[in-house]
Amino acid sequence: MVLAAYNIGLWAQAFPFFGAERRGAPVTAFARIGKVRIRTRSMIRNPDVVVILDPQLLKSTDVLKGLKNGGKIVINSPSATGTGLGNYIIYYVDATKIALDLNLVLAGWPLVNTAILGALAKAINIPIGAVEDAVTAYLGGRGGDVNALAARKAYNEVRVIEH
Amino acid sequence: MSTERYLPLARPVVGVSGKTGTWRIERPVINYSKCIKCGLCWLYCPDNVIEIVEGSAEYVKIDYDYCKGCGICSNVCPTKAISMVPEG
Amino acid sequence: MIKPLTGNYAAAWGARLARVGVVSAYPITPQTTIVEKLAEFIERGEMDARIIRVESEHSALSAAWGAALGGVRAFTATASHGLLYMHEMLWWAAGSRIPLVMAVVTRTIGPPWNIWTDHSDIMGQRDTGWLIMMSEHNQEVLDSIIQMFKISEDPKVFLPGIVGLDGFILSHTTEPVDIPDQDVVDRFLPERRQPYILKPGDPLIMGNIPSDLRDNVKMRWDIHRSQERAKGVIRDVDREWAKLTGRSYGGLVERYRCDNAKYHIIGMGAWVGDMKEAVDILRDMGYGIGLVKVRYVRPFPGEEIAETLASSKGVIVFDRSVSPGSAGPLYLDVLSHAYIHGVRVPIQNVLAGIAGIDVGYDDIIGGVTMFINALEEGRWPLPSKIQWYFGGGEWWP
Repeated sequence: MVLAAYNIGLWAQAFPFFGAERRGAPVTAFARIGKVRIRTRSMIRNPDVVVILDPQLLKSTDVLKGLKNGGKIVINSPSATGTGLGNYIIYYVDATKIALDLNLVLAGWPLVNTAILGALAKAINIPIGAVEDAVTAYLGGRGGDVNALAARKAYNEVRVIEH
Repeated sequence: MSTERYLPLARPVVGVSGKTGTWRIERPVINYSKCIKCGLCWLYCPDNVIEIVEGSAEYVKIDYDYCKGCGICSNVCPTKAISMVPEG
Repeated sequence: MIKPLTGNYAAAWGARLARVGVVSAYPITPQTTIVEKLAEFIERGEMDARIIRVESEHSALSAAWGAALGGVRAFTATASHGLLYMHEMLWWAAGSRIPLVMAVVTRTIGPPWNIWTDHSDIMGQRDTGWLIMMSEHNQEVLDSIIQMFKISEDPKVFLPGIVGLDGFILSHTTEPVDIPDQDVVDRFLPERRQPYILKPGDPLIMGNIPSDLRDNVKMRWDIHRSQERAKGVIRDVDREWAKLTGRSYGGLVERYRCDNAKYHIIGMGAWVGDMKEAVDILRDMGYGIGLVKVRYVRPFPGEEIAETLASSKGVIVFDRSVSPGSAGPLYLDVLSHAYIHGVRVPIQNVLAGIAGIDVGYDDIIGGVTMFINALEEGRWPLPSKIQWYFGGGEWWP
């Protein structure tokens, strides 16, 4: 998403908040997108958007903590998960199914990361073409193409519920 | 201010600590009739003061200017050809 | 060519563009991806270098230093406990006067085990004789690695150098970075220079016991003098890089909105970005405040800092590490050099971000307004000149 944003004239920054966690553990990562160079580097305490890669997290973690009133939730879910949680706009897409359909699986885990980028692009008005180009350039080769397709499918399939 | 550079460098030279042979209490003396020219004394000498003289009847030569008399050569000699003699 | 790079990949690109010939390193979080990327460059044939795999950080620096002694541009990288394990060899590398560059991805020291950033590791190397700098963003990481080779190999300096970057906050943060063209770097970096080369057939002893201890003192004096001379080299190199790339970092320090500033913040590392945000917001709130970003810890920019503080009414120094029983090391240097240059001004120390506690511009604004309000209301110090910050608005003396 950093590359996609940069390629359409924006500045961006992305960073993880995890280090030694193993595959499957709940982790947090952050991204900022802006019109000028971003100087702040602290964790994001009041996000405009929360992206949830696994709806199970709603049961174990307060993933919506700090989300701005009227903010957006992008969630990997086959149904409208998250309605009634507050005054939010919900974008939901079955990224797991998209990943499985495209055989994007590693060590038994469906790789939903690139699919969810497509849904996020829809939510924050980043052209999907920029995301596809970024995914292709970043991953390269056939993996790049399949992951770009996952993003495109999610972009097309994502559904919105406005309160 | 000085333009000289101060580096922790030295060139290896013989006898940088003076004639260490004067430190010796016992002197290694070679009985060449027992020497089998195996070169072990040359190999083990920690001060590198034993030289091999190819083609000579006196196959190994000790530099007494720098031999400290540690006795390792005498110890490793398989035919007991080197004896340690007190310095007079 | 602009690409999104993590700080660690930016460091690897710096070493690649500097045409490093030998890389030696031992993996440790959060450094590992620097040498992973270099190994990838070498494996793909994009970089003409050898990797020496070792069993420890002590050996990693020894091997890189050995390669440098042999006349090649060498590079290593480490963090935290790895840097502590290298500590002895840092003294040997600096004492030998052999140019060498290392990236240090700052990380706190245990116990307890903790992988997040603070500056305990890098600040513990101040007395070794190495040049030490800290970066604010990933572009500065890449540019500084290239610059550090030039500074380190300058005959006026001939000392090894550390390029520091905060763990995770830079090392694992992706942001756009301009990768300079190889021919730009080749024009900037001359052929490698070093005071001597160890080579077969020309026996040379490095570091033998001195026959006259005064020679030993002169070697130490010469390291100190070379650190002082490095100040001019660092400024020149910054100007030369700016001519080639348009990017200048100010040399040893960057002054941000210091014109007409009544109060000053001093800090170094990645959170300087948050400090700049804080200065902009505080200026909008009516506080006459400026920022001094310390790039180089060694040599320490005492002259520049004293000059800036000469007209200051109050200074707040943010340290990301502490010397228990004394104070924050950056604070101590600022205090000493202000005194050396005859500057008398209230100087507050804030110990924050230690053990990786997240600090944002709002936290900085909180600390700065507390300090300035206390000064203006005659309540300073409040209650201590050395204040600890635990995040979330919690302060302890």
